Amino acid sequence: MSDKRDLNSTPLLEVSNLSLGFTAGGRTLAAVSGLSFAVAAGETYALLGESGCGKSASALALMRLLPAAGRILGGDVCFEGRELFALPETEMRGVRGGGMAMIFQEPATSLNPVLTVGRQIGEVLARHAGLTGDAAQKRAEKLLAAVGIADPARRLNEYPFQLSGGMKQRVMIAVALAGNPRLLVADEPTTALDVTIQAQILDLLQDLQAEREMGMLLITHDLGVVARMAHRVGVMYAGELVEEAAAADFFATPRHPYTEALFAALPDLSRRGSRLQTIAGQVPTLAAMPAGCRFAPRCPHAWERCRSESPDWSVAGDGHRVRCHLLSEADRRSPVATVVAEAAASTVAASVAAEPVLQVADLKVHFPIRRGILQRTVGHVRAVDGVSLNLTAGRTLALVGESGCGKTTVGKAVLQLLAPTAGSVRLDGREIAGLSRRELRPLRRRMQMVFQDPFASLNPRLTVGEIIAEGMQALLGDARKSAAEMQAAIAALLAQVGLDAGAVDRYPHEFSGGQRQRIAIARALAVQPELLICDEPTSALDVSVQAQILNLLGELQASLGLAYLFITHNFAVVEHLAHEVAVMYLGRIVERGTVEDVLRQPQHPYTKALLSAVPSPKPATGAGGSIIRLPGETPSPSNPPAGCHFHPRCAFATAECRERYPDERALSATRVVRCHLYR
Amino acid sequence: MQPVLLWSDLFIWLLVAAGVIGAWWSARQPLLAAAWARVGRSRPGMAAATLLAAFALVGLLDSLHYRPQLPAKDGEKAAYSIEVLSVLDALLTPLRTRVEKTYSAPLATRAYAKEMLEIRQPDGSVVKQRDYPRLRHGGAALGDDEGRAGADIAGRALRALAVAALVWLALCALVARRIAGHGAPAAASIEPAGEPLAFGAAWCRLWRGDTAFAWNAVLATLGIVLAIACVLAGLAGEYHVFGTDKVGQDVLYQVLKSVRTALVIGLVTTLVTLPLAVFLGIVAGYFRGWIDDLIQYLYTTLNSIPGVLLIAAAVLMMQVVIDTHPQWFATAAERADLRLLALCFILGLTSWTGLARLLRGEALKLRELEYVQAAQAFGVSDLRILGRHLLPNLMHIVIIALVMDFSGLVLAEAVLSYVGIGVDPTMISFGTMINNARMELGREPVVWWSLTAAFAFMFVLVLAANLLADAVRDAFDPRMAR
Repeated sequence: MSDKRDLNSTPLLEVSNLSLGFTAGGRTLAAVSGLSFAVAAGETYALLGESGCGKSASALALMRLLPAAGRILGGDVCFEGRELFALPETEMRGVRGGGMAMIFQEPATSLNPVLTVGRQIGEVLARHAGLTGDAAQKRAEKLLAAVGIADPARRLNEYPFQLSGGMKQRVMIAVALAGNPRLLVADEPTTALDVTIQAQILDLLQDLQAEREMGMLLITHDLGVVARMAHRVGVMYAGELVEEAAAADFFATPRHPYTEALFAALPDLSRRGSRLQTIAGQVPTLAAMPAGCRFAPRCPHAWERCRSESPDWSVAGDGHRVRCHLLSEADRRSPVATVVAEAAASTVAASVAAEPVLQVADLKVHFPIRRGILQRTVGHVRAVDGVSLNLTAGRTLALVGESGCGKTTVGKAVLQLLAPTAGSVRLDGREIAGLSRRELRPLRRRMQMVFQDPFASLNPRLTVGEIIAEGMQALLGDARKSAAEMQAAIAALLAQVGLDAGAVDRYPHEFSGGQRQRIAIARALAVQPELLICDEPTSALDVSVQAQILNLLGELQASLGLAYLFITHNFAVVEHLAHEVAVMYLGRIVERGTVEDVLRQPQHPYTKALLSAVPSPKPATGAGGSIIRLPGETPSPSNPPAGCHFHPRCAFATAECRERYPDERALSATRVVRCHLYR
Repeated sequence: MQPVLLWSDLFIWLLVAAGVIGAWWSARQPLLAAAWARVGRSRPGMAAATLLAAFALVGLLDSLHYRPQLPAKDGEKAAYSIEVLSVLDALLTPLRTRVEKTYSAPLATRAYAKEMLEIRQPDGSVVKQRDYPRLRHGGAALGDDEGRAGADIAGRALRALAVAALVWLALCALVARRIAGHGAPAAASIEPAGEPLAFGAAWCRLWRGDTAFAWNAVLATLGIVLAIACVLAGLAGEYHVFGTDKVGQDVLYQVLKSVRTALVIGLVTTLVTLPLAVFLGIVAGYFRGWIDDLIQYLYTTLNSIPGVLLIAAAVLMMQVVIDTHPQWFATAAERADLRLLALCFILGLTSWTGLARLLRGEALKLRELEYVQAAQAFGVSDLRILGRHLLPNLMHIVIIALVMDFSGLVLAEAVLSYVGIGVDPTMISFGTMINNARMELGREPVVWWSLTAAFAFMFVLVLAANLLADAVRDAFDPRMAR
């Protein structure tokens, strides 16, 4: 992966001193300043950064596709020896698609839904290769075959809605390749995809790149993807490139404090039970950039020089450069990282004998599929099909699976936001499935939910105080509480989640994503629940903010003894937080056990594949384990395969797998697998 | 004088009260206040609002009704006229009472058609002659010296413009002084607010458009409105500025009276539409299931009946009811008024479907949002979720639809009156004016001024409403907000 490229050859793309900004209210705010990097043919350059750091805007500027408010403020982009900013628009159109092509994040919206796949590829072929008619058809088939789509001739006449998400992204790549570009700009190409599909797409991109000697500019926030794909890495922070290195150097010895903090904020098993290191404060807004080093306000090592003087590039090794004063004054480095690890000991001595808070037995949630004028039920989507769980106080059960496996539906059915079709849900030994709304109300206090998207889970028209008070009023009865008591309770809650009391009268839009998630947690805690269902509470957040929220959840569990049902697709988070893990596939739990067992020695073939597909941010260790690639995609839960749902994608499938769904098999006291391989 | 409160007056003043309360309430809601402040910054929006305010002033003056006392004989109880007048009528008494015999062109001193005239010669003999007869009121002050008419008109217009300019400059100075006093927290001001400005600096800032409120647009529009109003007022005392219609009534008077009809149709109808559309739309979207089916069935059925046909049937039935119960109404004005209101209700009952469908779609989206589910997880009651979580987040759509529907309804009235199923024939409206113009355009020489005047006023009213709707939509649409 980290093979040495010929550095003497002229780079394919050379960006020097690129600055761009956005106009708002008559003022231009600089979003990116002084960005310089180069991408050679056959090289993958990863531009890494958290949301809002200007990485996508830079990519759009390369293509001269900035939105109307965007302005290029200075700098040059040189592509194959041509100055792109000096080209007339007509020639620029030849460069776009023909010279460099772009793949976007969301495959569902980057294809036109009313045109067939063939038309969309043909459009590029006609423009850049001058091919039409049969020749174009042949070329399009070849392209689809090249991106790994079976039966390309048939797929050409299909519309995007007939394709799955991974297939759409493959088509998008085929469209991008149709112009035979020398540089591929991939803007978070796999962020919207599941890990197994992500692994497929990353493999595909790597193969295509090697085959065609393409340069690739990979824009991502995921250190794992960088580790897997990149030859060289550039880290962006607040519109500036702060560190640039070859991938091996980068992962072995990150030098910039921001990069170090990013690595330290990554949750994994080694830091289990301890606090994750977080980056204090927030990314500065465009309107209020710090004068000196942009990272200085959040940097643990910063001193006066950092606050007044913007650091220049310092060379830290062969091709490794860092924009930090620390390199010239290394003695300034203050030992911080060790202090944080002390605050461990959050491992609650869970009383194993205790009665479980939550017992779910054979839970089923089926959604009817209605067709025709009379809306007759013609089938069922078996979103959840027989799930059993146990959860005791102070413990965390992680429910893991890819999108569409029904894990969120389990959460909502436990909360009775969705009516279960069958099965039982017991809270503290009391059956709650099928209770009426009136009977449920007193029980609602004991279980609450934290939602995935902090931007959608808070009503934008209510103040933070009103949002938090809502639950108390509805469930604890506001008659007992005076306004002053209520205010005090809200202030205490805000303090508990680490927000200051001044937040009460402010509106959600005034807060950042991480702060909003804190508000959402405070809202759930307001009614003093025993069970908290966390539905991917960190998947919409940046790594450094995710660490803050995970720390908060850990602290709350230690101090309040909460039980968490943690729904996620992120294994790093599972490793860090969970005590037990249940892996779901197509509405059923295929493997269940303690986190050490499941993650160290996965037994079910699906768990194995899932774990090996997760890109690890440590490239050296990833080489050891064999990589299992799952073929195909998750089937639809409305029409699951007969027998074991996983058999069409399983390498070990036997005749028995095709016929009968495997029963639960206990491998040990805490370990359950559903697979015919174990008996 | 006996005050009369017509039903439509009641609605109009209730609406004014609701508007005032709404303004006060939204000023206390930071998000709404910010959105309205964005409307205030929009120059076309504020110019349109100024125009609409001028129309609203005319309409409100026309909504204070009374019955004048008849000259009482001694010892008798005071008797009141059967005619219901409004404050506007009182202000326009000269226009209302100086009726010519028939058509006369704008600013004319003679009628539009030739008549057999008997002219007494100096020697006492009477000669019959076909000529344009002199108007009774138009240019009466000129006497026989009709040739002076052009100079007279120009003089009056100039004097009126001078008055308008003075008033306007005074207003501008007032606004500039206000800005100076406030220290102008301008749109993108970097200097600290609250510091008093010199008058000159405030004046410059005002015209540069560097104010948080688009004062320059308001003042420019006010200038134009004042100029037109003053010229009209200056000339209307002596001439028929927009000519007269078939029965010799002043067209300017008719146009001004039409404004109220248009406003009532536009506003009262939305008042009927709104609760229906908002309630049914949100309920259908939130509850889904059979409630949704029922409401959807209702509005698809309603939508599939041709609108004009449905309205025609309803209006005709109502007309029969009104005609068979003359004892319900003390005056003709009351009868016409009730018919106008009934028309509003009929229009309202048939036009809620569009907004309801829009709101249903939005509610379908919102009910899946996580904050609504969070409220459900707290066991908050459905009605409370509707009122607290859904409605405030749909308000921008309601406000946009409200302002946009207004112009559509004003036009609908014109069309319906033209077809003959609109307002009472005795009630002056843009529709009836256009309906009358049907004959006028068919004769030779053509009488063009009635239609032109109605068209120009209606055009300005609807254009202003549309421009304001645009500004409101831009300010409230979350996708447009930065």
